[in-house]
Amino acid sequence: MIWINALVQGLLLGGIYALAAAGLALVFGVMRIINMAHGEVIVLSAFLTQMVTGALGINPMLAAVLILPLMAALGYGLQRGLINRAVRSDPLPALIMTFGLSIIAQNVLVTLFSADSRRLDVGPLATASLRLMPGISVGVLPLAMFAVAVAALVMLHTLFYRTGAGRAFRATAIDADIARTMGLDTDHVYGLVTAIAFALAALAGIFLGIYSSFDPFIGPSRLIFAFEVIVIGGMGSIYGALAGGMILGVSQALGAQINPQLQQLAGHLVFLAVILLRPQGLFARNRS
Amino acid sequence: MSIDQTLTAARAPSLAPTVPGIVPSAPSAARPSRAVLPARIAAAGLVVALATVPLWADPSTQRLAGEFTVFAALATLWNLLASYGGLLSVGQQAFVGIGGFALYGLSVLGGVPLLAALPLVALIGLAFAVPVAFLSLRLSGPYFAIGTWAIAEVLRLAVMLFPALGGGSGSSLPLDVLRTLGEDRASRSLAIYETGFVIAAACVAMTALLLRSRWGLGLRALRDSEVAAESVGVRVRPLKLLLFSLVGMMTSLVGAVVVMQKLRVAPDPQFSVVDWTAFVIFMVVLGGYGTIEGPLLGAALFLVLREVLADYGAAYPIVLGLIAIGVTLKMKDGLWGALGGPRRWPILPILRRPPA
Amino acid sequence: MIEPRLAAPRLSVEGLSSFYGSFQALFGLDFDLAPGEVLALIGANGAGKSTLLKTLTGLLKAPPGCIHHNGECLSTRTPATITRAGIAMVPEGRRLFATLTVEENLLIGGHVRRAGVWSLEAVYDLFPALRAKRHQLGPQLSGGQQQMVAIGRALMANPDLLLLDELSLGLAPVVVEEIYRALPRIVGPGISAILVEQDITRALAVSDRYLCLRGGRVVLAGPSAGASTAAIIDAYFGVSA
Repeated sequence: MIWINALVQGLLLGGIYALAAAGLALVFGVMRIINMAHGEVIVLSAFLTQMVTGALGINPMLAAVLILPLMAALGYGLQRGLINRAVRSDPLPALIMTFGLSIIAQNVLVTLFSADSRRLDVGPLATASLRLMPGISVGVLPLAMFAVAVAALVMLHTLFYRTGAGRAFRATAIDADIARTMGLDTDHVYGLVTAIAFALAALAGIFLGIYSSFDPFIGPSRLIFAFEVIVIGGMGSIYGALAGGMILGVSQALGAQINPQLQQLAGHLVFLAVILLRPQGLFARNRS
Repeated sequence: MSIDQTLTAARAPSLAPTVPGIVPSAPSAARPSRAVLPARIAAAGLVVALATVPLWADPSTQRLAGEFTVFAALATLWNLLASYGGLLSVGQQAFVGIGGFALYGLSVLGGVPLLAALPLVALIGLAFAVPVAFLSLRLSGPYFAIGTWAIAEVLRLAVMLFPALGGGSGSSLPLDVLRTLGEDRASRSLAIYETGFVIAAACVAMTALLLRSRWGLGLRALRDSEVAAESVGVRVRPLKLLLFSLVGMMTSLVGAVVVMQKLRVAPDPQFSVVDWTAFVIFMVVLGGYGTIEGPLLGAALFLVLREVLADYGAAYPIVLGLIAIGVTLKMKDGLWGALGGPRRWPILPILRRPPA
Repeated sequence: MIEPRLAAPRLSVEGLSSFYGSFQALFGLDFDLAPGEVLALIGANGAGKSTLLKTLTGLLKAPPGCIHHNGECLSTRTPATITRAGIAMVPEGRRLFATLTVEENLLIGGHVRRAGVWSLEAVYDLFPALRAKRHQLGPQLSGGQQQMVAIGRALMANPDLLLLDELSLGLAPVVVEEIYRALPRIVGPGISAILVEQDITRALAVSDRYLCLRGGRVVLAGPSAGASTAAIIDAYFGVSA
């Protein structure tokens, strides 16, 4: 029974991992760069949420309404102001720039907030649980977060494949030069894409901040999980990211059941197995 | 002239503007400076000074010089991998970790004297590098980059599972192990320093020789265009595997030096992505990406900066991050490029002379 | 320059030079294009034809003051602005968006929303074969059909100047015939066009005037009707005295 509970927990955590991965995959798919500071976006969102909930006394879930647009605006500004200049065929400048931002963010956070680990408090909701069947109960909060994560991914998919804006994003991703000759402002497109990526990361950051603890230096570990989700699930596939997230979540949960020290390692081993056996990912689309 | 000949004569050079892959921009003023000979003498002088540090420097300067040898080696190796092999790795800390723990295991658990353990450390590093190369090269582009980081994380977590290696908090090199370097502290610190110097020099020499060799030409062709390189017979994949493995092996040796300098080993510092990758990459870019002298210059600048900002705590990484961003925006060829680069100062000739 | 300058040209190019980094590809080109005129660009590979088109669309930067479209200077504008002003290109090799459907490719072409005769339905009327394939992906279509999509995509921007880069590239002769037969409807009344074409005879047959480029310079120009093929071949290869 504990195994089934672990499985369910892992599946639900996977939804949050998928959310964390979606933003990273989006930026890579359209701009061909990996945002090395993606983990810091996630962590920063958690810190900002804690500040807001502290100042306004509201529930973290509600604070999302403020934090998501704020982070989206930050993403747009950062992309258009800085990162757009590093988007070109040579991947090194973007790598360095985002790495630099990552290190700056970590150290600014530790200066402002100290290195202590902390958690977002949602009150009694944290321990409320639902009984699915005899012996299997699931937390209300993880279930709600999973539902929101899936909903966000569905909205992302719809945006990308059924709207004019999504069409513009895809065209820019495939061939930016020709897209420009069709009248698309690619600088603006890149800004919007990063804005969406930051908003998704912010949501993941709030959820992860509720679910587990965070500190200024936990960004890299979030980044690596997000990356592993993309590799496992398949590059370029939004629903693949969901599957990848759930697989990673389950691996970690089952690993933790065997031995708490094995939690992260179990996920990493599954990731390595996927690279070895199917490097393009389990549910890869041909292109994003 | 026949039609075919005229057509061939009329064909202009390819108009493809962008060279795919990572290419440092060619400086427009490409004449060697008249001061090359004095520059070469100065460079030789610096090398001699660096080699003889324990003879003339005080302990804290020696410690700094020792750190320089470590960073010089890491920067040179990362530059070799990235700018000549086209492989952007953010996981080299894996090998710093492997080398460090291999040295600890061999000397403390296996009883091998420290210096004698070094060739074995290299072998162990190589043994790890080959499968790591194989796995990571299954991913391409930026995915390769983070893949190397994820693999480094796996190794860090794996090492922490072994209490014999010190577990999560690590352990120090005991005195009887240190005594294999020498009976008194002075001779030990001499041995440690010179080991670092020799390995750093070996890395630079290896890089220069590699680039002059047949493989080196293949590497530079690879960097410029993989497709074109393959079409003239350069075997891309084996070359990348070879390069990655070689660099991994040398990086492991540097990891061993780090442990010798610190006199202790622990998973988090030994596998630190910030110290052994982020800072190293910044050094390379600051000093001058794609050249041999650039990484060395960058390593030196970095350490100077650190000493200057020593009293300001977290300011130092923040300043470094800002400089790195600034360099990518404004000074793509780094400081060495701004000074004229290898074209103006051919101190180390790596361009191959065509057969007479 | 050989030709007199026009009073109200659709396009006016003066002293246009273009560079790939430090490599100069065009050397001071001068020509005018009248409204409704079709200009053929002839020349060997590397002569500068595609470079000229890329410069006109803004993908390559032109020095200020060299390009005027309907009297407005477009030299330093972005490709998006240039397309909005009414210049559209059918790129060499089609360059369709490979994971977008035929219809999505066409819709992107219409992103600028310029007023005009061309719409999705109008394009399907011009190329009925595409209507049946509207939800298929580019690579699933034949070469000729892909070319139709590329042409339709450019038309959706309702341009007044159409740039056609090597329409016949990689296509079977029968298909090329079909596409060129549709050219009068593609280049509608009042629409100007610059047509890059390797096949000299065909280029002359469908154009009003021609420019022959070699090494980034105009080496010969004139009206297409009655043009001397021998003189053109000489200029093309540069074997004249």
